[in-house]
Amino acid sequence: MTGLSEINKEKIRKFFLGSKDKEGFLKLFIVYALLICIGFVYLYPLLYMISNSFMNLDDLLDTSINWIPSTLAISNYFQAAGSMDFWPSLGKSIIIAGVPTLINVSIGAIVGYGFGRFDFKGKNIMMGLLIFSFILPSQITMMPTYVLYSDLKILGSLKAFIYPALLAQGINAPIFILIFYQFFKQVPKVLLEAAQIDGAGYFKSFLRISIPSAAPAILTVFLFSFVWYWNESYLTELYVCGLFKDSAWTTLVVELKNFATNYTAYQTTGNTASNINESIQMAGTMLSILPVLLMYFVLQRYFVESIDRTGITGE
Amino acid sequence: MSKKVEVKKPKIKAGRLARREAIAGYLFVSPWMIGVVIFLIRPLISSFQYSLNNIRITPLGRMFKFVGYQNFTQIWLEDPDFPGQLLSYMWSTIMSVPVIVVFALIIAMLLNGKIKGKGIFRLIFFLPVIIVSGPVMSMLTAEGAASIPSMDVQSIATALSGFLPYSLVTAISGLFTNMIMILWYSGVQILIFLSALQKIDGSLYEAAKIDGGSGWECFWKITLPTIKPMVLLNAVYTVIFLSNNGNNSIITMIQDSMFSGTKEKGYGYAAAMAWIYSIVVTLIVILFALLLAGRKDIYDRQVIKVKKARKKEARLVKTIERRGRRNVKKLERARKKSKYRTYDGSLGD
Repeated sequence: MTGLSEINKEKIRKFFLGSKDKEGFLKLFIVYALLICIGFVYLYPLLYMISNSFMNLDDLLDTSINWIPSTLAISNYFQAAGSMDFWPSLGKSIIIAGVPTLINVSIGAIVGYGFGRFDFKGKNIMMGLLIFSFILPSQITMMPTYVLYSDLKILGSLKAFIYPALLAQGINAPIFILIFYQFFKQVPKVLLEAAQIDGAGYFKSFLRISIPSAAPAILTVFLFSFVWYWNESYLTELYVCGLFKDSAWTTLVVELKNFATNYTAYQTTGNTASNINESIQMAGTMLSILPVLLMYFVLQRYFVESIDRTGITGE
Repeated sequence: MSKKVEVKKPKIKAGRLARREAIAGYLFVSPWMIGVVIFLIRPLISSFQYSLNNIRITPLGRMFKFVGYQNFTQIWLEDPDFPGQLLSYMWSTIMSVPVIVVFALIIAMLLNGKIKGKGIFRLIFFLPVIIVSGPVMSMLTAEGAASIPSMDVQSIATALSGFLPYSLVTAISGLFTNMIMILWYSGVQILIFLSALQKIDGSLYEAAKIDGGSGWECFWKITLPTIKPMVLLNAVYTVIFLSNNGNNSIITMIQDSMFSGTKEKGYGYAAAMAWIYSIVVTLIVILFALLLAGRKDIYDRQVIKVKKARKKEARLVKTIERRGRRNVKKLERARKKSKYRTYDGSLGD
């Protein structure tokens, strides 16, 4: 009897605390519990936003309703979309995020290739400068740049984003250059030398050999650049939308930033919209992040694995 | 003679190739180089120049009036908000960076094991990176979606205010109020840690286990030293992210004073603000870099010690040589002098 109970004890101990080659139940339980709790905390704002965006005014005021609205008030979305001018704004957002992103990718690839493939004098200083330009808060260069743009008369047009992107100074461009740098450094030099022997020039070997092999890096840079341009409200408002004069450009995020004022304007222009409330604001927030959210869920693999691919953590 | 030429020939060719490669490299990098001059160096210089001027925008154009460091003194002495905001920004950054980095490390360690549904968790933890933007964040914070509802921040703050300075207390309570937002900022960091953890050689742990090391010891002796560079990287990234994101009150302040119509504010004032802000950010980055980058392991320290000792020796030898030479010269000079001074000619050459 005692022997049996001892065996049982041993088994139970093994089950809970684990042995050399198997994780114990207790440890696994704690790990999963922690992960799920933190996962919930992560999703909490999003869930809160979704649930609140479907509530009507009565639900909002009713303290007994916390999460699940009594009726799905989709009208919130229509009103928010109306005040944000959803479809035109969406189109403009895509253009404002997309065009500089395309330029960012191509220029980033070229500059990153230059840094990764060639050795030249002053390269280390330049890399230092690159990192420095990433660390420096953009506010310090903002005023002179603003003055420059207004002298060039490109404020309030997309050019204010295109020109810096063309000179590899777009939003977070140093990161993209570093990603490409890291990537092109790993392309075997033998391959490029072979191409050179076959008579390919530097640019040709770049286009024909390095670019096709850099597809993962290109995708990573494209996605991140797009998302960052999409989420940038401050510079977009300052340079592209124009703070004072009315510009044709606007983005969903900028519309969201000025949601309250826009909504009152929308209300007074004769629409039978209800007064602004939390739900409508949440619906507006939801609308502004919905496109990137969809993109994330479709292409999530490329986002999540991007950091592995960039080789930032060393090989 | 002919042999030498044969040896030399390929060398010349290699040099030419290297030069051609260098030119190609410059060509590839040239857009960035121009960009740096136009969008980094020139604005830096002129923003410094702005900060020393009072700039007013008139219909005729921008009017510059040199005022020296008056903008800076004005910010420190007269501005009602800026110094306080700067201080609270400093505290909150210094407080939240360790929280974010440690939290990211814990999550990454949890995810690093054999976990089912790892993909889903990664998906969740990376989600904020995609949707985080100034307006969205401020919307969520305003609606109270950013704090954990059952946490009583007020009582924590009152408990702390007894023995800590006010700005520190506000920083701490801010940390708790925006707990979720702080957690939200750690998406990229988690992934960086995770991919670093996955690259640690598993045999290291096995060896440690055979030698009787516990998991706790393994963490401190293997995991942490290996991913130490990543800790630094993440800390720096977090500082930069926190200070460049659109939700930062100082940034809006700079913008507001840039377009403010009052006499004393304007571009110059805003430029001075931006300079102060940048210096503070840089100082914080340096602080974390110093905290995390120091302390190499014993072997490295030994190597550095030996190298230093050798250098010292070499310097000593050089000094002795130099002194010897100087003494010889002195002696010679003395001799020459004595040549004319003495009359018996025994000392002169």
